[in-house]
Amino acid sequence: MNFLSDPRWSDALSRLPDYLGNHVRVSLAALALGLAISFPLALIVRRQPLLRDIALGFASIVQTVPGLALLALFYPLLLALAALSLQWFGQGFSAFGFLPSVLALALYSMLPVLRNTITGLQGIDPAIIEAAEGVGMTQRQSLTMVELPLALPVIMAGIRTAAVWVIGTATLSTPIGQTSLGNYIFAGLQTQNWVFVLFGCVAAAALALAVDQLLALIEGGVRLHSRPRIVLGCLGLVALIAATLMPSMARTKTTIIVGAKTFTEQYVLSALITHRLQAAGLSASSREGLGSNVIFEALASGDIDVYVDYSGTLWANQLKRTDIKQRKELLSDLTATLKDKYGISLLGELGFENAYALVMPRKRAEELGIHTIADLAPRASSLSIAGDYEFFSRPEWTALRQSYSLSFRQQRQMQPDFMYAAVTAGDVDVIAGYTSDGLIAKYDLVVLDDPKSAIPPYDAIVLISPKRAGDQTLRQALQPLLGKIDIATMREANLRAAGGDSNSSPDAVARWLWEKVSKR
Amino acid sequence: MVHHDDMTSAAPAIAYENVGKSFEQGHTKAIDDVSLNVTAGEFLAVVGASGSGKTTLLRLANRLIAPDSGRVRVQGNDVRGVDPITLRRSIGYVFQSGGLFPHMTVAGNIGITPRLLGTPAQEIFDRVDELIDLVRLDRSHRNRFPHELSGGQRQRVGVARALAAKPAIVLMDEPFGALDPLTRDALGEDYRALHRSLGLTTVMITHDMAEALLLADRVAVMREGRLVAQGTAQELSNSTDAYVGQLLNTPRRQAERLQELLPKGRT
Repeated sequence: MNFLSDPRWSDALSRLPDYLGNHVRVSLAALALGLAISFPLALIVRRQPLLRDIALGFASIVQTVPGLALLALFYPLLLALAALSLQWFGQGFSAFGFLPSVLALALYSMLPVLRNTITGLQGIDPAIIEAAEGVGMTQRQSLTMVELPLALPVIMAGIRTAAVWVIGTATLSTPIGQTSLGNYIFAGLQTQNWVFVLFGCVAAAALALAVDQLLALIEGGVRLHSRPRIVLGCLGLVALIAATLMPSMARTKTTIIVGAKTFTEQYVLSALITHRLQAAGLSASSREGLGSNVIFEALASGDIDVYVDYSGTLWANQLKRTDIKQRKELLSDLTATLKDKYGISLLGELGFENAYALVMPRKRAEELGIHTIADLAPRASSLSIAGDYEFFSRPEWTALRQSYSLSFRQQRQMQPDFMYAAVTAGDVDVIAGYTSDGLIAKYDLVVLDDPKSAIPPYDAIVLISPKRAGDQTLRQALQPLLGKIDIATMREANLRAAGGDSNSSPDAVARWLWEKVSKR
Repeated sequence: MVHHDDMTSAAPAIAYENVGKSFEQGHTKAIDDVSLNVTAGEFLAVVGASGSGKTTLLRLANRLIAPDSGRVRVQGNDVRGVDPITLRRSIGYVFQSGGLFPHMTVAGNIGITPRLLGTPAQEIFDRVDELIDLVRLDRSHRNRFPHELSGGQRQRVGVARALAAKPAIVLMDEPFGALDPLTRDALGEDYRALHRSLGLTTVMITHDMAEALLLADRVAVMREGRLVAQGTAQELSNSTDAYVGQLLNTPRRQAERLQELLPKGRT
């Protein structure tokens, strides 16, 4: 198939107005806020060495925090503030998406503006400032008529740097719920859709480059006293902003937002749910790539309306429960607690589990006569195990070890995508995989039974936000999915979605999944 | 001849009364008990080496610097009782090597003080043309930027800027120091003519005694913060002060030597 006729290009293109518009909106707001803070700050601190060092030091420290971490930090911070505000003023606010992104990115933009404004003003020939005083200017007049105009090229260079940083870093605001060009990159990395990754990178780079060049035009105009350049640069910027913001403003506000976490299965399921809602005549769109904690809080506060989570995850992470219950019991307990504590409705189970499980190559397991974890236990001391970055610190691992007295020769942490290949190749003997992963079937691996039920159940469940609790159309539209997706079907869907070709987009896989499910 | 005669003949245009000024928390005495009157309509040159306090003396007059002790009066009023911004706008100031604002055109630079005073734009426009003619620049220079001008042209703009708000007093800080001799001579002569025709009171700082003697009515000599002599060329040559003698010797010897070297009757 011709490279450019790949349908993923047109898929990517169709999302551009939304992603680009949101990207520009958040970058613009962050840059404006950053400027509004750092510019006056620079004017205040420039003549006081101590304050100046503190301000510059703070901005430098912020700069050393990785962009993703800075964005991630703002979410819990705002969440706490929102809770306080709700308690004190009876009025909360959304700690999701736009606000934390703008705040974090604004902080990120401070250093270049602060530094360049200060150095720009300090670099002015003292004789000129003296002349300003001598001709009878007040301090303010000297600043606005002489010092700032002279420092403007340097300040503009700082704004340019800040703009490029903010536009680049804004791609990282996807996991905290702000739609951006990063949506292409996060989705593409998870579903191995390289067209998306490439598209996202190119779009973000092109935007940054365009803004940089337009600002450079203005900067040059300021330096060379060329009014046409300044006017042209400003017009270009206004046109760019208008062109990118208009489409997203004109779009009808979607009423139902479907969330998805950061892995393949979630992208497929959110696409499936979005399709079903649209088929039922509801307007719906998906918000993908959300962090595990972000997505639950977003649902509780109504920033998103529906998503799929897993019973064991909520049990341990959100309800902080360490006791392990039987499936039915856990589900009914969870349903009641979610309703009481958060107002969240648990619509029902999809029919499969995505649990942690100990996984081995089928041949190896048969050779060793291992069918269950109980069979594995006596041999564990000569075997090695690999898990994802969090598995060995999770309560499931503690429970497994205690129930079966497991003690492995070696335990390693691995990127989840690589674990399956590693165990197939014999680099490790056992992995803590995910039961719904398509690679289990692909590599002919076997999931070891858990006769003591040490691992809690991880039923995939559909959650609905408090404000949509009474929406019967929504409930009706999703009803046909409940109990219809068995583990084999989900594994196949996940395998398809990891295919890396044009039929592997979450949308395409969701359509395939619906075809299978609707016949049941 | 002097326009401001009726207003200013009573009091000196600038009067320094036992003025003292120290810098660096009193460690450096820039001005030490100086008393000096500048008569209205007079062209006074202040001569001294670098660090003699001559620039400080000049800045005390428009309150760029405030005195520690003594009193500075401008047209009879103690400068401490006057709003410094208003005072500076009413006094012309020509800076060493121009001190022009590099981001403003010639017209912008010349018109700056009237603009600060809120003069209507059309009036400033006409005034700028008038001043460009007065300092013998070309009107085509109007919209040029300082970096597009020669050193002499820049200094002419500096003079025009100082005169823009029709001041009675003009302070000049080594205005012609950085110029080549021909330009320097032409500018000096031109300014001297302006000083007369406009009835200005001028205080000019220079380290060049020859320039001071040729341009000014009277010369004040500063050394290490003290005023060591003041007077016309005639009066100075009668001075018994050794330093003044030294300062006068240089131009005198130069003049004699040139007299010998240059054949008479040819210019």
